[in-house]
Order: sequence, then C-alpha cells, then structure tokens
Amino acid sequence: MNIYQDIILDHYHHPHNQGRLDISGKSVQVSNPLCGDKIEMTIVFEKNKVKEVKFQGEGCVISTASASMLTDYAKNKSKQELKKLDSKFIIKMLGIDLGMTRIKCALLPLEALHKLL
Amino acid sequence: MIDLKKIRKEFPIFQNQPELAYLDSTATSLKPKAVIEKIREYYEEYSANVFRGIYPMSEKATVEFEETREVISKFINANKSEEVVFTRNATESLNLLAYSLGRKIIEDGDEIVTTIMEHHSNFVPWQVLAAEVGATLKVIDINDHGYLVINWDEVITKKTKILALTYVSNVLGTINPVKEIVIAAKKINPKIIVIVDAAQAVPHTKINVQDLGADFIVFSSHKMLGPTGVGVLWGKEKYLKEMYPFMYGGDMIEEVYIDHSTYKDPPHKFEAGTPAIGEIIAFKEAIKFLKKIGMENIRDHEKKITDYAINRLIDTFGQSIKIYGPKKIEDRGGIISFSLDKFHPHDIAQILADNGVCVRAGHHCAMPLHTRLNVPATVRASFYIYNDEKDVEKLVEGLKKVNKTLK
Ligand SMILES: Cc1ncc(COP(=O)(O)O)c(C=O)c1O
Repeated sequence: MNIYQDIILDHYHHPHNQGRLDISGKSVQVSNPLCGDKIEMTIVFEKNKVKEVKFQGEGCVISTASASMLTDYAKNKSKQELKKLDSKFIIKMLGIDLGMTRIKCALLPLEALHKLL
Repeated sequence: MIDLKKIRKEFPIFQNQPELAYLDSTATSLKPKAVIEKIREYYEEYSANVFRGIYPMSEKATVEFEETREVISKFINANKSEEVVFTRNATESLNLLAYSLGRKIIEDGDEIVTTIMEHHSNFVPWQVLAAEVGATLKVIDINDHGYLVINWDEVITKKTKILALTYVSNVLGTINPVKEIVIAAKKINPKIIVIVDAAQAVPHTKINVQDLGADFIVFSSHKMLGPTGVGVLWGKEKYLKEMYPFMYGGDMIEEVYIDHSTYKDPPHKFEAGTPAIGEIIAFKEAIKFLKKIGMENIRDHEKKITDYAINRLIDTFGQSIKIYGPKKIEDRGGIISFSLDKFHPHDIAQILADNGVCVRAGHHCAMPLHTRLNVPATVRASFYIYNDEKDVEKLVEGLKKVNKTLK
C-alpha cells in the first residue's frame, strides 16, 4: 500500500499545532540520528489534562504527519489515557501500513509526548 | 567494453525480479550464479571442517579454502598468501587492527590520524583506542568539493603511529590519492603505519598492494560479488608477526600448557575458531568472475554510467538537486549521494522503493561526514557491473514521482 495517502500528505504540507509554547509549558526534544529527524514538543496541562501541545522540528512525511495527528488527538486527554497509547494506536491513527524502518519515524512524536507526561 | 546483457544473465536475481533497479551495491553487491553454485557444491559435496580431518572430504575442503587465499593474494599482488587473513568483514579487519596492532604500539601521548570521510568502522575503533591509552586522534578535513585537505606538517608528526584512511569514500565517492599520501606521510615519519580501508576500492578498480605502499588494507567479500560473512585483512608479514593475536581458541594455537600457550604463525594466528568455510571457498569464484571481466573494464563502465547519471540528474532537476563529492569523474567511484529540494531522504528512498528502485537513505555509517556537510542524511545511488542506463532512467523517473507526490 502506498503510504503517501492524501490525508498524510495534507498533514505534512499543513501540519496542525506547529510551533512552540513559550509560556510555562514543559518541553522535550527527541531525535532519530539514523535519519536525522528531530522533534521538539511543548505542552501545557490544566489539572490533569492537556490544554495545549505544539511541536516543531525537521522530519520526514511520516514523522510530521504523525506529530500533527497525535497533537490533535492529545488535546483534552488525561495523562493516564495518553500513557496507554502504543505503536498499535499510532498505526491505526495514521491508517497506513508501515515497514520496520518507517515505523520508527511514526513513533518519534509519541516518544516525545510520553516524555512530557 | 563490457557486455551488460551477458553479465546480467549471470545474476539469478534478475530472473526472479526482472524489473529490479538495484542501486545499492555500495551496501552490498548482487551475487553471480558461479558463487551461489560454489556454496552449494561445498554444502552438498564436501561439507567438512578445515584443518581437522585427514579423511578426503576434509582435505578437499582445506584445499579449496586455502586456494581462495591464494587467489586473493594474486588478485591484490601480495608478496605471499600468508599475508592474507580471513575475517568476517572489513569492520572486523579494522577492529582486529585496532586491537592487535593498536594496543601493541600506541602509547600515552602518541597520535593516530584518520579522516572526516571515514565509515564508522574506520573511525570509532581508533577513537576508542585513543581514549583508552591516552593518545590523540587527529582528523583530516575535506574541502567543499569533497577532497581531503592535508596540512602535512601539522597532521603527521614523529608521534604519529598510525594513519588510517579510506581509499574511496562510501558517501562522496572521492577516490583518495592513497599512493601519494603514503609517500608523503612516510617522508615525514618513516615509521608510520598506513592502514587503508579498501572496502569501496577493491571491488571496483585494480589494486596492487606492492605499488600502493600501504602497510595494511581491508575489504569485504560481500561488496565484490562474494558471499557475506567473509572479510580480508592484508598486511605486511613483519607487522602481522609482531601483532597480538585477536581471539584465542581453536585453530590459532600451536601448543597449550597449563601455564602458557604458543600460537601459530600468521595468518592462522588471527583465525580462531571455525571460519565461514563455504563462503570463503565460494569467494574465489567472485574474484575469478571480476578478473574475467577485467578490473579496468569495470572501472571504465562505472565511470561512464556515473557520468551519465550525474548529467541526467542535473539536466532533469537543475538547481533543486545537490550532488556531493568531486565533479571530476576521474576522481570519483560509482557513488552518487544527493539531496533533492527540501525532501527528507527517507521519503525519497521510500517513493523510489515503491517504484522498484533500491537506493539507500541515511548517514551511511558516516555521521562525522554528514555533520561536516551540514545535512543529517543523504540519498545514495551506487553502481556496479550489472547496472545500465535503464536503471538510471528508472531513478530519474522515480525522482520525478517524488517531486509530484511531495510538492
Ligand atoms: C568505506 C567502507 N568501509 C567499511 C565498510 C564496512 O564494511 P562491512 O560492513 O562489510 O564490514 C563499508 C561498508 O559499509 C564501507 O563502505
């Protein structure tokens, strides 16, 4: 299956929640040195829930689309809910079949999010 | 001139995948029928251990095994076949040197010199050794065209014990003037030991170790039509004799007592345990295959196809493609690393893969070089004896699709 579906490319060309929260947010940087992907994610919680989350960095189509969709999803979710997310969830969210190498790109944003919880 | 149609017929993979555009021979090459057949022959006809049995099968295996050493020795014009040591790959050959030679001769305050364009396997072993014994690792830089820039008086001193450099860069394609470098280095310090990573040279061009002047060269069978699991270390006998063994155990031992042991002479001193017998036996078929085509013809073919590919890429993509490494075709091997627009190398390689073109994306085990080039990763297409202009056209078509998909 072609992984460059319209919806994926749409998120790549027009990523949601791009940028940086510089108020009192928490921030983290993750990278995949093998392909040079780098993501910085910033987050603000209200009580136990995600109020705002943004990301920026350099990445391939898959990591960018994954970050865009994941940050959309994370809003208003509790820390407990987000901690449970795994690779199966990401694959379902993207709706594409990823090989062994590309799955790493898709999981990079989740790694960032989990570090912020 | 080489007959591509005839050559491609010798590679069974093209019968199984007629549309395959394999542009990743720098990572590993495809294998001809003769090599595959020889592996089968060993496993089906005389699959015994070597040096151990006096029954005919074991003797046959030993003769076939040692014959490969002989063929390699002649292929690189070594003084004698005892200078040819079998390892698992070029990486192991380099680690063997860092361990068995490096730990013998490098002391606190000494210097080891390498270059910024090395594969990690000719960089990290020296980095670790230097840190361990308190030596300094000096790194020769490149210029914007991908050539080494050597300030001789600064780089090589009386304290320099080892100069370890690649013959051909696996990213830039740069062919370093190794012979001239060896002469210049030894002029400043006659005792310096020069180690050449020839993993991307021996498969593609004629190597004569007598003429080259280096003290050691290393390469891998799997990058030159041979089986995986076989590497070569060639070294001058006097050094091989002085070096520590690498691993201890079966086959490398002469005598063992409760309180000490004695070791065989090189090359067996460095070949502990049962080797990749069938693969080593079959490796000579790869060398015979290359010799039959002729190394000069191979180099000519790669020059032509690389030149053609560079021109096609620049004609088609103009300013949006950046090709790294020397512009002069005489100075580069059949390797083209590039960036296209702002597209991520993984996406480019993926879309090419979806269109039947195999290239590599990443830092190609040369992270210091990519940091120097100021890019996290590149896409690499590389050529060998079976690649033709059709492969190049598929690459160009694939890259057009990348443009269409990601723009
Ligand atoms: C220049 C260079 N040196 C060393 C190596 C390591 O070869 P191997 O993986 O066979 O040990 C490679 C291959 O990747 C290479 O291109």
